[in-house]
Amino acid sequence: MEQSWRQAKSIFLTMISAPLFWLVFFFFLPLGIVWLYSFGENRGLIDIAFTGTWANYAHALDDPYPGIFWKSAWIAALTTFLCLVVGFPVALAITFAPEKAKSWLLLAVMLPFWTNLLIRTYALIAVLRTEGYVNMTYHWLFDMTNKVLGGSLGDFTPLALLHNNFAVVFGLVFVNLPFMILPLYSTLDRMDRSLLEASLDLGAGHIGTLFNVVVPLAGAGIMSGILITFIPALGSYLTPDLLGGPDSQMIANVIESQFKRANNWPFGAALSFILVYLTFIGIALQGIIERKDKGRAA
Amino acid sequence: MTATTAPVKLKKIAPKTPPGPLEYLRRWPLQLWLVLVGLFLYIPLITLMIFSFNDSKRNIVWQGFTLKYYDKALHNDSLITAFGNSMTIALCSTIISVIIGAMAAIVLWRFRFVGKTAFNAGLAIPIVVPEICMGVGMLVFFAKVLPWPHDLPWPLDLGNIIIAHVSFSFPFVAVVVRARLGSFNRELEEAAKDLGASEFRALMDVVIPHIQPSLIAGGLLAFTLSLDDFVITFFTAGPDTVTFPVKVYSMVRFSVTPEVNAASTILIVVTVLLTFLALKFQGSSALTAGHGADDK
Amino acid sequence: MSGNPIISFENITKRFGKTTAVDNVSLTINEGEFFSLLGPSGCGKTTLLRMLAGFEMPTEGRILIDGKDVSTVPPNQRPVNMVFQSYAVFPHMTVLDNVAYGLKMDGVGAAERRERAEEALKLVQLAGYGVRKPDQLSGGQRQRVALARALVKKPRVLLLDEPLSALDAKLRDQMRSELTSLQQKVGITFIMVTHDQDEALAMATRCAVMNRGLLQQVATPSDLYEFPNSRFVADFIGSVNMFEGTLDVDAKDHAIINTQEMGPVYLDHGVTGPEKGTVWAAVRPEKIELHKRTDTPPKVDDAPEGYNVAAGVVKHMVYLGSETNYEIEIAGGRLIKVVRPNLTRWDQEDFELGEQVWISFHACSPAVLLS
Repeated sequence: MEQSWRQAKSIFLTMISAPLFWLVFFFFLPLGIVWLYSFGENRGLIDIAFTGTWANYAHALDDPYPGIFWKSAWIAALTTFLCLVVGFPVALAITFAPEKAKSWLLLAVMLPFWTNLLIRTYALIAVLRTEGYVNMTYHWLFDMTNKVLGGSLGDFTPLALLHNNFAVVFGLVFVNLPFMILPLYSTLDRMDRSLLEASLDLGAGHIGTLFNVVVPLAGAGIMSGILITFIPALGSYLTPDLLGGPDSQMIANVIESQFKRANNWPFGAALSFILVYLTFIGIALQGIIERKDKGRAA
Repeated sequence: MTATTAPVKLKKIAPKTPPGPLEYLRRWPLQLWLVLVGLFLYIPLITLMIFSFNDSKRNIVWQGFTLKYYDKALHNDSLITAFGNSMTIALCSTIISVIIGAMAAIVLWRFRFVGKTAFNAGLAIPIVVPEICMGVGMLVFFAKVLPWPHDLPWPLDLGNIIIAHVSFSFPFVAVVVRARLGSFNRELEEAAKDLGASEFRALMDVVIPHIQPSLIAGGLLAFTLSLDDFVITFFTAGPDTVTFPVKVYSMVRFSVTPEVNAASTILIVVTVLLTFLALKFQGSSALTAGHGADDK
Repeated sequence: MSGNPIISFENITKRFGKTTAVDNVSLTINEGEFFSLLGPSGCGKTTLLRMLAGFEMPTEGRILIDGKDVSTVPPNQRPVNMVFQSYAVFPHMTVLDNVAYGLKMDGVGAAERRERAEEALKLVQLAGYGVRKPDQLSGGQRQRVALARALVKKPRVLLLDEPLSALDAKLRDQMRSELTSLQQKVGITFIMVTHDQDEALAMATRCAVMNRGLLQQVATPSDLYEFPNSRFVADFIGSVNMFEGTLDVDAKDHAIINTQEMGPVYLDHGVTGPEKGTVWAAVRPEKIELHKRTDTPPKVDDAPEGYNVAAGVVKHMVYLGSETNYEIEIAGGRLIKVVRPNLTRWDQEDFELGEQVWISFHACSPAVLLS
């Protein structure tokens, strides 16, 4: 099928030069420097010496960083789980929707996804803040009930919905839900429908079919949905920054402050690369699961 | 409003027949679930858009229709500059991304060469690496390796951001184009060569027309990615260059104002229009194009 | 063989949006039958089968199984099981787990499950294959797994959706006879959907022919072939020479159809058709005789002189070993299909391309069709 590059040398070299150059010079070089910095030391205000030290990685084990990593992972995991629970029925409904409704539903899922992340986060602020729509509605309901009950509820205290961990998880689910729904949908859609029908035909109910047939067969797709949601959630910066409180810092916020405020680039670089390593481990895990899955199907 | 229209629409599909076992969409618990998820996804955006027309600065109660915040936003010079910068960056990075991405896709599709697997994997890495890490990389790169001069003429003064945006956009374009190339019948190219076209001419006359829709879809994807990006820009940009998301970020940190609502509404409308354009060019596969990349 | 009614479709209509897939079908299937739903693709036969299995809900009408209305009963609570066209063998389970799946869903204990599943595998000649995964099986073996999986539940009715379409020609012939003997062995009612008329004729005890959602004819295979009730059925089942004409004489013991191409066609029975109306005479190729050209046309022994005879020229011939297919051009240019068995080793040399011949058929041979 493919042609050996030697058969069309000039065209091959022209075609590969630009992407290869760009990839190496404008992507791998910057990341490579950060990687080197993660083994470096600050010398003076701006100079960084590459000393091959592991001190930056060791520093990441000092308080409070393990706690922040743990918290980030926990928030990302919770977000992923909520996205899975909320998104799976949606993906299921889209998969078995009639053709026309299907494209409209997909569009409805995708539209927020294509909307600017900052704007979506900002929209959430307006909904959740103390004078936001949720509290406004709650206040109104509270007043009505209070009137009926003759003021026995006491004074109105608004719900603290913003600048806390709840807001961060809520925001991350809001932002990442389409990430989860799409891979779930594309796996479910590829699934041979007659397998589900066979299961129903043989006497299994819908829940039985879900756990005996759908989940085992969609395993790889579910894993990739989990990964696609978990990785960006783990590295999210904007959501905890805007919606979180003082104790909602995630790794990305720490990295940012190391680079932009504390001016400790080597340590920031080490933190960044811990995040990169975690990402690669996740991808490798998923690859192993997928290969196992394929080995089974082939 | 989603709540009332959705079920009615669904009922119209088949009036009397009870739902078949796999017609999950016609079962009420799932319909209710879909409506709730729809509300969750859309209420914040819709209220934001509605209240950009509200004639009240602080109060969130509806006070009457006004366009004054649009007027204000459109006369806010720094906002306009930021918006212009964003559009310039998006346009330039899209053009470069489409060209480079298409080249990468064609090379991967067409040739066998040493290091192909590595090149393929290398292209996937910008897609999966956390934004913050890439942003940090760009910050270091433009601080130490390639300090960007301040006094360049437009649009070169935005060059560093454009470079950064191309770096994360063109792999997505490559994936979209590569998928489209999969459906290309290689015999067409062979026929062109058989009829006397050179290697290059055959590529331009037969292959490029075939992948044209994916070039457009990939371009729209790159454009949206660029417009959407905050983190990487935030790290790459010097203190003097401000893009729309960076500007909105600083305004949002300060407070929630109807002016931001108005500016956001404009951007949402632009996004919706772009999405429909993408749909028109590539059908519903354009919708999942970006996601397909992540899936790999 | 066939006993009491087991399945009844009562005025079943199924619409998908604007298209009507099944149009007011009423049909009764009896216990112990090997019943076949036959028709070209898109005729609604599969939709009918899927409504019986519970995967589609009828837009109108009722479906009864053993006299009980099951129209809205979900598939997992119906006493019918299906062998899918793609077999739908669960790829992530072993063969044994596949076969035992239905029993597990019914709450059968592990030991009994295993025993019954192994028994079912023996029935389809897959004993010892239980530990394998479906991807280690051939297409034919996978189909046997699907069969065993459905039969192990001892359904009232077994549904087969195009069971032989995915097999290669040789395996198909083998499975045909195996399916019929299996059906006789287990005594379960089989309902098979197929678009292949040979398959239906060879296997079924009774067939329903469908076209564009409508039920055309329900009959035994030989009745379908010899007594079709419409041009569609005559044409769909086997091959046929169709002559359009007007019903000139319609007496008690004979009838004459005046056709343009064959002249008057004499029949040895009354028709009770529309007097002077348009009817069609359908003659199967093997029921037409070829004669060497002589000066006087041959006389058909059950028709008056000059009827059911025409002069022609051999235009095409295809030698098929057991028989030879001819196409004879008669006056007016119409090509008549004739099949002639090669009864002796020299038969195929009797007629040559371009030879002048007579063709004739008996007065009892044409089927008269009113639509």
